[in-house]
Amino acid sequence: MSAMSKGARRRLVPYLLLGPGVVWLVLFFVVPMYFMGRLSLESGTLLTGFEFTWEWGNFGDALSTFDTQFLRSFYYAGVATLLALLIGYPLAYAIAFRAGRWRNALLFVVIAPFFTTYLIRTIAWQSIFDDRSPAVDALKFLQILPDDGRLLATSAAVIAGLTYNFLPFMVLPLYASLERIDMRLVEAARDLYSSSWQAFLRVTLPLSAPGIVAGVLLTFIPAVGDYVNALFLGGPQQFMIGNVIQFRYLQLSDYPTAAALSFILMAIILVAVIAYIRFAGSEALMGDEAEAEAKA
Amino acid sequence: MMRDAWRWLREHAIVLYAVLAVIYMLLPIALIALFSVNDPAGKFNLVWNGFSLDAWKDPFAIEELTDALVTSLRLAALSTLAATAIGTLMALALVRHEFFGRRVTNILIVIPLATPEVVIGAALLSMFLLYGVTPGFTTLLIAHIMFSISFVVVVVRSRLIGFDRSLEEAARDLGATAFTTFRTVTLPLIMPGVIGAAMLAFALSIDDFVISNFNSGTTVTFPLYVFGANQRGIPVQVNVIATILFAATVVAMAFTIWQQKRAERMAAIAPEREEDAPIPLPGAPAAT
Repeated sequence: MSAMSKGARRRLVPYLLLGPGVVWLVLFFVVPMYFMGRLSLESGTLLTGFEFTWEWGNFGDALSTFDTQFLRSFYYAGVATLLALLIGYPLAYAIAFRAGRWRNALLFVVIAPFFTTYLIRTIAWQSIFDDRSPAVDALKFLQILPDDGRLLATSAAVIAGLTYNFLPFMVLPLYASLERIDMRLVEAARDLYSSSWQAFLRVTLPLSAPGIVAGVLLTFIPAVGDYVNALFLGGPQQFMIGNVIQFRYLQLSDYPTAAALSFILMAIILVAVIAYIRFAGSEALMGDEAEAEAKA
Repeated sequence: MMRDAWRWLREHAIVLYAVLAVIYMLLPIALIALFSVNDPAGKFNLVWNGFSLDAWKDPFAIEELTDALVTSLRLAALSTLAATAIGTLMALALVRHEFFGRRVTNILIVIPLATPEVVIGAALLSMFLLYGVTPGFTTLLIAHIMFSISFVVVVVRSRLIGFDRSLEEAARDLGATAFTTFRTVTLPLIMPGVIGAAMLAFALSIDDFVISNFNSGTTVTFPLYVFGANQRGIPVQVNVIATILFAATVVAMAFTIWQQKRAERMAAIAPEREEDAPIPLPGAPAAT
């Protein structure tokens, strides 16, 4: 060590600190992506064995065979994200501006679902949507649901499950960006004779835009790849692309098709994330901004 | 009269809404607890049938379930330990040092957060398949450490940003070595963030289904047990254990917050609360 200058040693420190993490993420995230790509270009069946043949046709076949599930995934996740935004925004607003001493208690309630197992939460919804549940009886009594209607195994049930399960991912970033707003700006708008609604539309809403963008991404991404909700609350008619990937990997051992499907899903999401980074900057997602401010 | 009522409603609409939202968020959790004292008619515990404390009297009656729970706890403990250590070091490097490759490192940390679990699970399984590795506890551990690291970095780094560096400089001026300074000054001060990150990593690991579903082989964790049991009817004990886990998490979180508040009151030099914390990731208790 003595041979090295102090400056050289100091330059080495960050790499030593990062080393284990970077190695782990490269070995078990980046490299697996490469292997999945390789697998998606193989041909053959489980019986004859798979062989790497640059089988680009897998991608076309996967897309044309499962386009319904792809579209359905984006439709379900899109509606669920929109619902989560509509449910979550007023909630985040209430926590940020109107909760007073209840603020921490409300934040706790928002993350409380995470303290129970995801699967068990979804099964709790299964019991709510069950044909024999009081909720379904009530809906039938109110004539909202026809007498032979059901909630379970419908698109509505799957979307409702997705909305509930990923709602905290929407509320937390919304809350973080609303809480940061300088209320003097809203007061200034009111002093200049804007109505409270105008002040909201022209001041509060634009200032909370980063929270909306982050919330939408953090809700949409896990929702679009989900297969638990479709499995427990839906039926084969509601299966999403995640169900197909899971089934092909784990039941049918049709690895090339499943790998191609995962790759297509990943590619679409990456494009969305890159568009986001362009739009809002990677710093907003990782908190580099606050860091830069702290350094200045 | 009508106008007063209308005005009251307008003023309190958002509060009423928040109350409804709270009920919505907590409803499934309440149902999980309720069905832990159900006496199901058949094998499926989905319809209320009658009150019974049988499952509470013997929560560990089902051997497979208990084994799965033990596996989950072991897995979560090990992956939390590793991911917290690895992630904290990364956060230190990112906040404290200027270095070449910072942007790439940031992207490497963010991308796993932006990848659907099904893709992460499928990719890892692809690699294990092509290498001929039989999935099991070790592959689960590898996967859980991998997906926890990014969350740990995000949480610890939000704590580090509000850190008063002059405390470290004082220690160095008084002759402490770099390691002693880290051990006696830096680490105690960032501890709340590290503990918050560890709790998050633990919760993520114990709750993970999708990635584990792909890389478990014949090893069964608690969520995987629930998944398998769903076909043939989930025993009431699952609800009992879920209720216990929920209560334990609430107690652990309340205790951490109480400790933190106490430490901040007692310490003459409390690290500043980070007001401009980055987007708190869901379930990050450190942010509250």
